[in-house]
Order: sequence, then C-alpha cells, then structure tokens
Amino acid sequence: MEFLFASLSAAAGLLTSGDPEVTGIVWTSLWISSTATLLAALLGVPLGVAVAVGRFPGRGAVLLLLNTLMALPTVVVGLFVYGLISRQGPLGEWGLLFTPAGVIMGQCLLALPIIANLTVSAIEGLDPRLALTCKTLGAGLARRMLAMLSEGRAAVMAAVIAGFGRVIAEVGVAMMLGGNIRWYTRTMTTAVALETSKGEFVLGLALGIALLVVAFGVNAALFALQRRGT
Amino acid sequence: MLPCRAALLAMLAVLAWFALTPAFAAEPLRMSTTTSTENSGLLEVLLPPFEEATGIRVDVIAVGTGKALKLGENGDVDAVFVHSRPAEDRFVADGFGVGRRDVMHNDFVLIGPASDPAGVRASGDAAHGLRRIMDTQAPFVSRGDDSGTHKKERALWRAAGRDPAGNWYLEAGQGMGAVLLIAAEKQAYTLADRGTYLAMRGKVDLPVLLEGDPALFNPYGIIAVNPARHPHVRHDLARKLIEFITGPRGQGIIAGFRIDGQALFYPDAMPDAQPAR
Repeated sequence: MEFLFASLSAAAGLLTSGDPEVTGIVWTSLWISSTATLLAALLGVPLGVAVAVGRFPGRGAVLLLLNTLMALPTVVVGLFVYGLISRQGPLGEWGLLFTPAGVIMGQCLLALPIIANLTVSAIEGLDPRLALTCKTLGAGLARRMLAMLSEGRAAVMAAVIAGFGRVIAEVGVAMMLGGNIRWYTRTMTTAVALETSKGEFVLGLALGIALLVVAFGVNAALFALQRRGT
Repeated sequence: MLPCRAALLAMLAVLAWFALTPAFAAEPLRMSTTTSTENSGLLEVLLPPFEEATGIRVDVIAVGTGKALKLGENGDVDAVFVHSRPAEDRFVADGFGVGRRDVMHNDFVLIGPASDPAGVRASGDAAHGLRRIMDTQAPFVSRGDDSGTHKKERALWRAAGRDPAGNWYLEAGQGMGAVLLIAAEKQAYTLADRGTYLAMRGKVDLPVLLEGDPALFNPYGIIAVNPARHPHVRHDLARKLIEFITGPRGQGIIAGFRIDGQALFYPDAMPDAQPAR
C-alpha cells in the first residue's frame, strides 16, 4: 500500500515538476504515437470502408486476415520492421532503426488492423438503406463511400481512438525499434520498463500513472471532437 | 467537395508535422553498450562532457553484450562498448570492428542468501562455488540473455565441469538489474558485475559470498565498427569518442565515479588517471 501511495505522490510530483526529461519523454510518446495513429488512420479508414462497401472475391479472406492481424504481438511487429530497416535489411540505407521514424513505422502497422477492422464494423453497422438510397440517386462508388464515412464518423473516430490506445500503451515496438535512447526515443512505456529493470518501482509506476493522465487528456479531446461532430 | 478538402488538409498537416519533428534532424553518433554501464549510472556522467566538448550527441542503446555486438555486426551502431573479451576479439577478427581499446575493469561477484545453504563462502574459488550450488540444487538465477555476464557465467560453469540444468537453475533472460531483483525475491544465488550490484545495493539484500578469484575479472573494451565493412558508419566520430573515453578526461571520470564512496570501475587505458570530481 505504501508503495502505491508513494507512486501516486511521485506521479503528481513528476507531472507538476516540469522536469525537462519527464516532459521530453511525455512529448516523445505523444508525438510518435499520434503520428503513427494518424498514418494508420489515413490508410486504415479507406481500407475499412472499401472492405465494408466492396463486394469482391476474397473479401472473406481479407476480413479474416485483418481480424487475425489484430492479435499480432508487438514484439513480432518490432522484429519484422527491424528486419526491414536494419542496415542489413532492404530499407537499411534510410537509417531508420533507432529513430522515432522507425517506431512510427512499427506502431502504424500495429494500429492499422485495429482501425481497419473497427471501421468495417462501423460502416457495416449503418442503415443498409443508406447505400441503396445513394445508389438509386446515381452516386458512384467513391461518392457512396464518402457518404457512408460521413454517416458513420462517430464510430470511425472510436476506431481511431482504439488504435491510439494500443500504440501509446505498447512497449515492444518502441523498445526494439527505438532503442530507448535517452532524450531521443525514450517513451513513457520504455521508461517504465527501464525503471522497473533498475528496481526503481516507485518512479516506474509514477511514469505509468503519468501515461494514464496523458492518455486521458488525449481521449477527452477526441471525445469532445466526436461529440461535436454528431 | 468537403470530405476531399478535409483529406487534403489532413495530409498537409501530416507533412508539416514531419517537417517540424526532430526525427529527420542530423543523425548523431550511435553506441550500443551493456546494461551495466547504463544501469550503474556511469554513462550519465561520462558522456555529457564529451557531448559538450565536441557538440556530438551520443545515442546510447543499452542491451546485453551479445546483442550490442550483433548491432555492430549489422552496422546499426557506430561503436560498441562491451565486456566479453573472447567475443570482442572474435568481433575484431571477423572484420566487424577496428581499433579495440581497453577502457576499464571491475570484477564479478557471486552473491546469494546470507544463510549460504550451499556453502559458497567456504568454497575458495568460483568454479568450486558453482559446483557446490549445483550439488545442493540451491536456486541460481542466470541472466540467460547472452550478455557479457551470461557469457562469463557459462565459462565459469565450463571451468567447473558442470552443465547446469534443472528446476533450481532459473534462466531469466533479463538485464542485470532485473536479475538481481529476481534473485533477491527468490533468495537465490547469482553472478553479478560489481558495478550494478553496488548501484542496487539498497534494493538487494544478498551479500557478496565470493570475490577476488582471478576468473572473476571483468574488463570492458570499446570498439569502432569497421568502416570498410559498413561505409555509412560515422567512423571519425566513433574514433573521437574512443579517444575521449580512453584519454585523460574520460579515464579521470571513470576513476572518480563512485556510489556511496565506493569506486565501481577502474580505468585501464590510463590506470594512473586522476579521479575527476
């Protein structure tokens, strides 16, 4: 119990201290994960809408694949991207390993199936008459997809929020591709892992609580946006 | 069309985002090293003076010695700072590294519960101590991660003529700090580098049971990744870092680095360096 109280007060201290290292870590986490989520949304939302609206051979297989990919362990994504961007890999000369860009690539891959899948559900959950109405009004496929996206935007936003939740909370990709480099790629989760391995449990848990507070802030902002949109 | 414009705006925002973030700034010097140099806090005092003096930022990737060397083999770092002489010599002989320099040393210690059920205290040397642990099936936590400490531990088992296996032998697969905590929780024996052990002394209630055996010597070396093998590495920067760490300033910092008044590492490149601070 003492441990928990000590962590709580340490967390409050950390967040209010304005310590440049802690602020830096929070900021690194935030911008890496939001960029990854944004990219994943730009790819995943259109993909999800296309799969939901489209009727093509192999659609079932695509759905099954997307569902399976949601179960991808973060270290597997980390390893896969590691193989791509290590100097020995096909993208080696870009020098992305142990940079924020490397972490963004991995986290984007992590969030993509979640966002695509939940977008499929969001669009499929719409009133089927919407698509029919659009069709009878002579809308082409692209217009139809846009109309459905606009109609299901609240649920699509929820999909993006879920994707963000997964990447801000993960540690495997950030550790493997970022390398937990101080002042550069150290994120909140890798900092927690480091402090835990050093036996600094109070500081580790304090950082974990800080992560929750930050995630709460982001979610509250997105929630407000979602409410205003509907 | 409104949604189209929104999409365009979003894409522009992404581009602006990328332009403003530090991800694509000039690349710094990259060094992979062992968890012991970082967990002990040495790098926090050793690197900032170098960064200030030269303006070269050093990005540190702290992993086990095995992985640190692997990163060097793949050309993913510019220099490696590790502690496993046989593996380092192989790294250089295979053409992955050049200009290896001795940096410092400390020693390994065999630690365990104060009650010492296996009788390691009275065993005299490390090989004999390990044999006693195995014979009494007393719990032992191994790093199990191909780190320098793990390589040393395996060499000691070989010297003891034993092949450790069984449910008393726990392979944690984690860093030194984590393994010390596991050993303390389980009141088990383990092999630790003295630096990390001292740095974590307040959290680990296991005393040193065996020390001073020459087999427990723990030398650290620094190696530049071979630019002939990986032309993209920043070899000139790596050389500067190596010169600094093995020069009077770096060696002085190493000599002066203390926790609770105890020295953690002893400089080897310039053994007589004046302790800084």
